[in-house]
Amino acid sequence: MDGKVVVSPSIISSLWRFFASVRLTVVLLLCMAVFSILGTVIPQNAAAEDYVRIFGLFRYQLFVLLDIVDMYHSWWFTGLMVLLVVNIVVCSIDRLQTSWRAIFNKNPKFDLKLYRQRKGRIEFSAKVDAIKLELPFQQFIAKRFRYCKVQHTDHGFAVTAEKGRLSRLGVYVVHFSIIVLLLGGLVGSKMGFEGFVTIPEGEAAEVIDLINSGRQLKLPFQIRCDDFEVSFYEGSKRPKEFRSSLTIVENGQDVLKRDVIVNAPLYHQGIGIFQSSYGPVDGPAPQMNRLTEPPEEIELRFQSVTSGMVYTQKSALGKTVEIPEGGGQLSIEQFVPDAKFQSMELGPAIIARFMAKEGETQSVTLPFNFPKFDAMRRGPVVISVVSEHQPAPTEERYYTGLVVSYDPGVGLVYAGFILMIVGCWIAFFMSHKQLVVDVASDGRSSTIIVSGKTNKAGMGFKLQLERLSDQLKQLANGGSRISDQNGPSIK
Amino acid sequence: MVYNASVLSVVTFIYGLAGTLYLFAWIFRKEMPGRIATWVALVAWLGNTLGIVLRWVESYKMGQEFGHAPFSNMYESLVFFAWTIGIIYLVVERRYQNRVIGAVAMPLACLAIAYASLSPDKVIQPLIPALKSNWLIAHVITCFLGYAAFAVAFGVSIMYLIKSTENPVSKQGVAVRIPSSELLDELTHQLVMFGFLFLTVGIITGAVWAKQAWTRYWSWDPKETWSLITWLIYAALLHFRMMRGWRGKRIAVISVVGFAAVLFTYFGVNFLLAGLHSYGAKL
Repeated sequence: MDGKVVVSPSIISSLWRFFASVRLTVVLLLCMAVFSILGTVIPQNAAAEDYVRIFGLFRYQLFVLLDIVDMYHSWWFTGLMVLLVVNIVVCSIDRLQTSWRAIFNKNPKFDLKLYRQRKGRIEFSAKVDAIKLELPFQQFIAKRFRYCKVQHTDHGFAVTAEKGRLSRLGVYVVHFSIIVLLLGGLVGSKMGFEGFVTIPEGEAAEVIDLINSGRQLKLPFQIRCDDFEVSFYEGSKRPKEFRSSLTIVENGQDVLKRDVIVNAPLYHQGIGIFQSSYGPVDGPAPQMNRLTEPPEEIELRFQSVTSGMVYTQKSALGKTVEIPEGGGQLSIEQFVPDAKFQSMELGPAIIARFMAKEGETQSVTLPFNFPKFDAMRRGPVVISVVSEHQPAPTEERYYTGLVVSYDPGVGLVYAGFILMIVGCWIAFFMSHKQLVVDVASDGRSSTIIVSGKTNKAGMGFKLQLERLSDQLKQLANGGSRISDQNGPSIK
Repeated sequence: MVYNASVLSVVTFIYGLAGTLYLFAWIFRKEMPGRIATWVALVAWLGNTLGIVLRWVESYKMGQEFGHAPFSNMYESLVFFAWTIGIIYLVVERRYQNRVIGAVAMPLACLAIAYASLSPDKVIQPLIPALKSNWLIAHVITCFLGYAAFAVAFGVSIMYLIKSTENPVSKQGVAVRIPSSELLDELTHQLVMFGFLFLTVGIITGAVWAKQAWTRYWSWDPKETWSLITWLIYAALLHFRMMRGWRGKRIAVISVVGFAAVLFTYFGVNFLLAGLHSYGAKL
């Protein structure tokens, strides 16, 4: 028992040291990179048969055992992320502990002796006494550095200045942003939902199928699809727009009417409704023609694909008509009250025989409810029957496929995004700069040392120091450019 | 009637010429070809700019519904990639007063446009619904600024590796003309930081856009995953350098590996892996 008390602090401190190491960070980053490749090579969340077909049964079982079929949500990938978060937190606390007092120090100390000997310092002389330089130098530097203070020394004075101290926090902002991001993702996956619903035109729905669990969820409102429209660019099969006209219904009342297209979702009560897919509705619409007997007179409609002209002709069962523009002949053979095409219910239809001029014959189905049906034949003329009960031509009926999602973590995620961009900017392109301008005088002339340091080694700072000392030299020599033998020399 | 493609195919050769001149100036240690190379590179980049602007304008001339910023398919993105490489290289050359990197950067820009010209989607096509968003411009510009910075960093790293394999005692060979190792090392670091920032912004704008178009800001789609892999590699590079004090050769090697990941994110994913980002797959 006694030994445990002695051992545990050392265990904690060695654990702390383990998690505070940058080596661990780099190993975790590279591990995540390498393992992520797996998930892009092996399909994720596919059907079991597909895995067995591609990889064989043994390897599929191995994949399931190691969660590789859904690896980005597996225990070990999540584990890597948790380790990274612990690593980031411990690292940041560890480093902040030592740098906190230096970062939030209102009166930084400058060791003049060190600055006078620092590598990269610039020295020059001026033929004036130090006292005359004190005010202009201080004013000049104070304009460029947020903190600026003059110290008096044995032979003159030294201007000490610095700026950008808080930029040392940039890296912590980046690390914090990653935690905020992951937290947002966690909140979204635990408290949010994502589901799919298909709604035929003219109908409403309030129950969605959840995507990951396979369960269903009832929304606090109904979504009614008033209309769905898909449009294509002229003369091509390139889709132009998928548009669902939706109405939100609460307690039988229409509360919101809006069109949803891709890239422009509808949000209601924090729940987003997104355009996702569409398709034709199976079976005739409720208000459609329900003929059971063949009508006495059948009106035919011909639309020429080449000229775009539309012709109508009246005829009857058993008769043959000439197709306009010399397209051949059509004999009306049969009436069917419940025609089918593959598994689609077409309702009442006329079966006719199409005879082209070249002598080819072809059986065509002309449903009363689907005037565009014959266009599928891709012939030179589209034939349809004009239905008495219904204004022709009618449109095909579609359903719209909507994704409905609720994500309470999105605010956190976006906050993380902004923090990450700002943090990267600060961490990469801002630096903590310290400057000492030391002026020593023998009463007639002065020697000036310009010396500085920054927390980011870079070529830029050296150039800045050179430019600054040039300007100071001009200032010391009364604004005139004097090139004498005592020009600046870099040590 | 449609001029952008002809302008851009001329630009390919101008980039090629600039690259040749840079290479010539480097190997034969001549000052004059180098100076000419800079002007040729500038002309190529201006021509590239003109080509992009023309394509933009011409897309609107084809009809209102055709009009869009030219960042929507493989061809257009490759042309823009060359443009970003051009501008980043020219800025680096001016700032660091060194032309050697041009011998790698300009051929890369030339290759990008030459490869683009093989693409079948040179014809201006109207946008499909998923791409109709203002995020398209922000996403593509930031991603490609990142990619191009990594491309130039790759060029610098290659120079570094050539220099470090050369025998330091011998004063002959191409390595002598390469700027000091410290400058190359510093340049790699600066470019990687720049690229990392823009890749980060690119991934983030992509995520915000995906939330709008595909309902989720992250869905582990291969393109997304590979951009994350690239991001992780460069994040590791930055930690190696800033925290563990790695310099020189090791950093140059990681920068080369990182650029390979960039290329896979850009091309490999489109050709080898299926996913949501299938707009550029036709090549």
